[in-house]
Amino acid sequence: MSSPSDHPAPPLGVIHDIGYRPYAGPRLGELSVARSLFVTGLRNCYGLGRSTKSKVLPVLLFVVMLLPALILVAVMVQARLDQQPLPYARYAMVTQLVISVFVASQAPALISRDLRFRTITLYLARPLRRSTYVLVRFASLAAAVFVLVAAPILLLYAGGVMADLPIGRETGDFVPAVVAAALLAMVLAGLSALVSAVTPKRGIAVAAVIVVLLVSFTAVSAIQGIAVEERADTLAQVAGLFSPFTLVDGVQVWLFDGPASTPAPPEGAGMGILFCIVTLVVIAGSVGAMLLRYRKAAAA
Amino acid sequence: MGVIDAEKLTKRYPRVVALDGLDLSIGEGVTGLVGANGAGKSTLIKILLGLLPATTGTATVLGYDVVHQGAQIRALVGYMPEHDCLPADVAASDFVVHMAQMSGLPHAAARERAADVLRHVGLSEERYRVMGGYSTGMKQRVKLAQALVHDPQLVLLDEPTNGLDPGARDDMLELIRRIGKEFGIAVLVTSHLLGELERISDHVVVLDAGHLLRSCATSEFTHATGLLLVEVAGPGDAQDRMGNALAAAGLHARPRGRLIEVEAVDDRVHDVIRDVAADLELGLVRLQPGHHHIEDVFREGGAGHVQPV
Repeated sequence: MSSPSDHPAPPLGVIHDIGYRPYAGPRLGELSVARSLFVTGLRNCYGLGRSTKSKVLPVLLFVVMLLPALILVAVMVQARLDQQPLPYARYAMVTQLVISVFVASQAPALISRDLRFRTITLYLARPLRRSTYVLVRFASLAAAVFVLVAAPILLLYAGGVMADLPIGRETGDFVPAVVAAALLAMVLAGLSALVSAVTPKRGIAVAAVIVVLLVSFTAVSAIQGIAVEERADTLAQVAGLFSPFTLVDGVQVWLFDGPASTPAPPEGAGMGILFCIVTLVVIAGSVGAMLLRYRKAAAA
Repeated sequence: MGVIDAEKLTKRYPRVVALDGLDLSIGEGVTGLVGANGAGKSTLIKILLGLLPATTGTATVLGYDVVHQGAQIRALVGYMPEHDCLPADVAASDFVVHMAQMSGLPHAAARERAADVLRHVGLSEERYRVMGGYSTGMKQRVKLAQALVHDPQLVLLDEPTNGLDPGARDDMLELIRRIGKEFGIAVLVTSHLLGELERISDHVVVLDAGHLLRSCATSEFTHATGLLLVEVAGPGDAQDRMGNALAAAGLHARPRGRLIEVEAVDDRVHDVIRDVAADLELGLVRLQPGHHHIEDVFREGGAGHVQPV
């Protein structure tokens, strides 16, 4: 290529067709490509990089999620409380409707979209392996849910520190709650991503995720209520395995001795281990099922 | 060694044989892949991308083996599928940048390349709008842009003119010709419309029911036939009178549609035609050498239903 100084300066305001320019720069490996896909997916979950209409719901839900925490912090500071009015670990359970709507709206937006518009073909025609694509999509969704669940907890913690609550005690409560938020994010992301992957029609996928999350919780609450009344403790505790929210709540109660949000948290080592195993099986199982699902999609 | 080499490539599905012992070698430039629907074109492309395993046989693309080195192939090949593949709620510029990054380009380079290729495919201000509202022509351009954005050495274009109106089709064909000739990127383009491939490809491969029916330079298909085509203007059955008079003058003449086909045995034939037309007081409108068309191969080869244009 000749240097610009070889030619007299072109007149301003003229667009030159410089022809096709080959690309000689670096081509990054799978790790960088995966990171880029992860970031784009995470941004897309909050409507960033998508149409204006797509931003409304996730941003609104994020604000709604933060609002109670903001009010709680204000109350705590004003009333000079010596402890959090709502324990960190219970925040997700209290706001589960908001979380469920977020998951039900954004999982299909992220997962079903590639299948419905068949963009998946373009991803698979690129160096990224199919399994990497599936894992990264899951990770993006899980990270988006985690941000939603953990942000208000972080706000509460910051408020607690500013209100001069004992920092050691607060940190001891805060860290397990964040771990539980991460577990909840993975369980919700796994289940909703799987449902979305088998229902390419977005509307149906939204409804299906809502049903899985809300109906399961309602059923579990009812069964636990009756079973506790009837003093059927084991039944009440086992029932907790069947809703993502009560499942992860049980794990954090047993693992970290956290505050329970259900009338029947797991008691004893056996039940506690069962809760932990089921949580891991749900996460691994839904990711595994998604990998199988995409094996079929690639051949189509 | 060619850009694409296949040896005894076979793909069997439970009910059909999509490719049947296909031997193929494709070089630089624009290669047209012709065949009726179901002739195995899309199956071949998926095998070449390493997305679908062949039942038996081997194939290499750019020297890489399709079974074991699929990722290397996919890094250097661009693919434009036949079907829709664009998300409706993303702007074309954002989408093409993203696809460039998915091919391993760093963010800054991806932005620059995306702007470049979108300009080459002729998408201007509308690139900032979400793609849901695009016309078919615009969608095809974006699909082509994402196949080019990582500067591949080979692009596989599956029915790129599908659903385009005549004007948009001409633009697309011109663009494909430029990709092969000016951009220096090898092109494999499929179509079931022969006329368009004849215009842009250097080489044509004809598939029929998973077999290689023919593979040769486009010029071989369209070589001169040694025939002259004659058209005259005059009152009534001028064409018939002209034909009969030419036969009477000792030439081998026969009707071909609205024209008369004359075997040009030597240079005097032109003079004879001129004189005959003058004697009959008819206007000689056309006197040109006849060429074959790719579709003739199908007539001769008895291949399936391919739609000539």
